[in-house]
Amino acid sequence: MADSKMVISVLQKIGEKIGEQKDYLTELDQPIGDSDHGINLARGFQEVDKKLPALTDQDMGAILKTVGMTLVSTVGGASGPLYGSAFMKMGMALAGKNQLNTEDFLKGMDAAVEAVKQRGKSAVEEATMLDAMVPALAAMEKAAAEGMDPKGILEAGCQAAWAGAEHTKDLVATKGRASYVGERGIGHQDPGATSFSFMLDAVKECL
Amino acid sequence: MVGLVIVSHSENLAKSVIELTSMMAKDARIAPAGGLEDGSFGTSFERIQEAIEQVYSDEGVIVLMDLGSAVMTTEMVLEMMGDKKIAMADCPLVEGAVVATVNAAGGMKFEEILASLETVRDMRKLS
Repeated sequence: MADSKMVISVLQKIGEKIGEQKDYLTELDQPIGDSDHGINLARGFQEVDKKLPALTDQDMGAILKTVGMTLVSTVGGASGPLYGSAFMKMGMALAGKNQLNTEDFLKGMDAAVEAVKQRGKSAVEEATMLDAMVPALAAMEKAAAEGMDPKGILEAGCQAAWAGAEHTKDLVATKGRASYVGERGIGHQDPGATSFSFMLDAVKECL
Repeated sequence: MVGLVIVSHSENLAKSVIELTSMMAKDARIAPAGGLEDGSFGTSFERIQEAIEQVYSDEGVIVLMDLGSAVMTTEMVLEMMGDKKIAMADCPLVEGAVVATVNAAGGMKFEEILASLETVRDMRKLS
């Protein structure tokens, strides 16, 4: 079980991780995008970080919705509306909860994945963050059904997320900036799939 | 008069599109929402919201966007602003802006302008 304080420290860890990987994420975005993924996300999570300390007495819904809103208004690139919608929808799915168990977490992740599909009008195999998110969620649901503990579930999720991110190298992007690069984008790993995998790593490291 | 907003990743591009449209429709109600607050490239939720509010009236507002996050961020602004009379146009930015300003300044209504922008997508420049 995780309480609000724990969830806030996970969100702080995510921000820290994105900050550390800022240059790498931007580097991935250079050949196939507009070279701003790391910079944009780091800016967004810096603003999130400022708001988190005041949210300790709030429920999961309020915390996650604040994170989502902050990302939407401060990121400035496509990852703003995408991750922003993901956190907001996750918050809506977990509104009113003060404790989070595995089932809640997976329910929230499911809402996040749906939010990204809807906002990006996208599906898997289009070289986007969904190619990490969808297999990660499936792997975590499977691990949970097999009765694994939270750490085992997150390990399975992270493994699937990174495999998914790696798989984007084989794909031709049909959504986002990379779609302008087309087949020349083959061989490049999608920055969004990568940033999601780092985020899930951060969650795992907090357990 | 129907209001118009130009959303671009570039502050300069948004302003320049408006400059260009003023050649034919200098009385149009149009506002730019380009770039981020610090002057860098990107699309700002706040700037889009402010620009819409600036030109909003009961006649409605039509928003024209460049690409990618400009579209998604505008979509989110519209969702947050609730049931106001605002729509996004699905057409090329420069050509759409010229058609929209000329039509808005000429007294065309919200739905009529949106319909005229639908045809902009198929406008040919050669032949």
